[in-house]
Amino acid sequence: MNDKGCETCPVYKPGNLIRHGINMTDFDFVIALAGNPNTGKSTVFNNLTGLRQHTGNWPGKTVSRAEGAFSFNEKKFKIVDLPGTYSLLSTSQDEEIARDFILFGRPDVTVVVVDATRLERNLNLVLQVLEITEKAVLCVNLIDEAERNKITIDDRSLSRELGIPVVLAAARQKKGMPELLNYIHAVASGNYKCKPHRISSETRELKSAVEKLSTRILKQLPHLPNARWVALRLLDGDQRMIDAVRNGELEELFKPDDGNQNLMSVPNI
Amino acid sequence: MNDKKNTNEILKLADELRWEIGNDFHDALAESIHADAAQIAAVAVSYDDKKPQFDMDRTIDRIVTSPWLGFPIMFLLLAGVFWVTIEGSNIPSGYLASILVDTVHPALKAFADSINTPFWLSGVLIDGAYLAMAWVIAVMLPPMAIFFPIFSLLEDFGYLPRVAFNMDNLYRRVGAHGKQALTMSMGFGCNAAGVVAARIIDSPRERLIAIITNNFSLCNGRWPTQILIATIFIGATAPAHLAGIVSAGAVVGVAVLGIFSSLVVSWFLSRTVLKGEASAFSLELPPYRPPRILQTLYTSLIDRTLFVLWRAIVFAFPAGIVIWLVANIHIGGAAVAEIFIDWTNPFGILIGLNGVILLAYIIAIPANEIVIPTVLMLTVLVSSISGVGGGSGVMFELDSIEATSSILHAGGWTLLTGICLMLFSLLHNPCSTTIYTIYKETGSVKWTLISTFLPIAMGLVVCFTVAQLWYLLA
Repeated sequence: MNDKGCETCPVYKPGNLIRHGINMTDFDFVIALAGNPNTGKSTVFNNLTGLRQHTGNWPGKTVSRAEGAFSFNEKKFKIVDLPGTYSLLSTSQDEEIARDFILFGRPDVTVVVVDATRLERNLNLVLQVLEITEKAVLCVNLIDEAERNKITIDDRSLSRELGIPVVLAAARQKKGMPELLNYIHAVASGNYKCKPHRISSETRELKSAVEKLSTRILKQLPHLPNARWVALRLLDGDQRMIDAVRNGELEELFKPDDGNQNLMSVPNI
Repeated sequence: MNDKKNTNEILKLADELRWEIGNDFHDALAESIHADAAQIAAVAVSYDDKKPQFDMDRTIDRIVTSPWLGFPIMFLLLAGVFWVTIEGSNIPSGYLASILVDTVHPALKAFADSINTPFWLSGVLIDGAYLAMAWVIAVMLPPMAIFFPIFSLLEDFGYLPRVAFNMDNLYRRVGAHGKQALTMSMGFGCNAAGVVAARIIDSPRERLIAIITNNFSLCNGRWPTQILIATIFIGATAPAHLAGIVSAGAVVGVAVLGIFSSLVVSWFLSRTVLKGEASAFSLELPPYRPPRILQTLYTSLIDRTLFVLWRAIVFAFPAGIVIWLVANIHIGGAAVAEIFIDWTNPFGILIGLNGVILLAYIIAIPANEIVIPTVLMLTVLVSSISGVGGGSGVMFELDSIEATSSILHAGGWTLLTGICLMLFSLLHNPCSTTIYTIYKETGSVKWTLISTFLPIAMGLVVCFTVAQLWYLLA
């Protein structure tokens, strides 16, 4: 993937990366970093920000949010490293933090980091993230380990299936980071339009319930990009979502044409 | 404006539909997500069907998580790490002490005298605060600079999830969450971090158990105490060439007793006040990764060693002042420290300790790191050893372990005192940072108090039993 020739190509612009560490004032875009535990999110985070968030080969290293910043192509990005989770559906605190940030924090891009050697299992989380947000980039990390295990990943068909950009990376070796930056920038600035995959194999009952409820929600909040997710959470009885619907927070959050303003603050932990 | 009627309609519809779908909503949703994921993976991932002849990861896992070898390997690794730490930190400790204490301290005193600093000011600042910090650096820095990088290398390699895998079964059997094995491992670094890490446990009941019992993992602040006391009292009972191994063995013994205590207390809690069944979870054994040695050394030194050291220094500063003050403020002819020590000494003896240790544990509530410096200073004060130290409230020169040893022996310490101090260092209240963290995480005064006083009660009982048996048999 990362041949020497690439470095002379204009697309390859690691020189444009300026790491800001924890200096996060006046950012243009917010990036969320999600993924299963132990897939190398913190390593990606450190690569981009120049920070040295503790990394370790064990699941559950990051239990709270870590934040940092970097500049790329003259835009300043604030990046939030979310706790690693297997799903976004349970009541545990780490999953709540990740789920609420992706929805209520309204990041401009959500980068999902997955383990190339366990792609199928990791895709469960990717599909859930794509129900919440349209703007996402998939970073298939640990591709070197996959190669060692004779696993080949077709990034183009993966990208076609998911409807978002896919980067094959080995963050520990800093491989794939320039491509990742380019895609983050492209999605954040709207140059790359994602067409996210939405879950389609539901049972008949589930499908009809979600459809009924999301249609009703869209009638009330026509600008909601993720009515299906809101419906799923309401069906699950998620109190945070019920409150957000009841007190108008959701409506306020997804008002038409509010651009990047109106970032809700998520509860600090 | 938020339309009340409309939103209520949405929520009402959601309630109705929820009844229609029934209980298997979660399973149905999870299944449909799995089905989609499998479809996509089938398109995008291809495997080379040839099975490799030899799977290194599987082979290592079979050994380190085997029912027979798993625990012995774990203890041997732990003992090996301590042995290297003990053997390696003695010389740099002495070297640091000779610079910071023997050279810089007199220079500072001379400078203070030359500008006519009042005795109480130079006492508080130089003999109290500065010496406390210097002592902490000399004693803490070398073991940490050896222990943390080795531990980080093991972590980077991927060994910790295997520890959790080995421990998981035990925790489940006592009715706690298997992930408690992970929070326990975090606690070996810092209990406050271990308490925060308990967030990875979903069930509030099991999370609370993990938080309360985290204190039974020996933390950074207590490893040096254990290592020092084991070297002086336990290692000394063995022939010189075995002393290092015997001391390391004693420290591992205390660490294992800590794990055992956390299991017993978890069992007790899940049978009484926090009743319930252990919930299932999946623990992923990540592939082993060759540790990036230089990077790990760098980050563990900068982020971990210096971070902990800084914290120790910050707490040693005010503690040094307090020690100087209690040693120099007199009520009715005796120093406050002396009065307290005389008063609590009979009780201390009853549990194999002494009044000095009890007072030291009160002064050192903010940080376990400063227990030993405080103990030494107070010992010199009450036993009025001539020729050591620089007068009341001065944390004196400690250029070798032998010097510490001779002071403690002169203070009336025996092998029993050493053993009981090691036990009490394991079983006492968490430091104030951890207590505050427990309060923040649980939001409950009741559970914070329980987490604080339960270990003290256990420590008193255990030390009392050991001491009484000792007195009976000796």
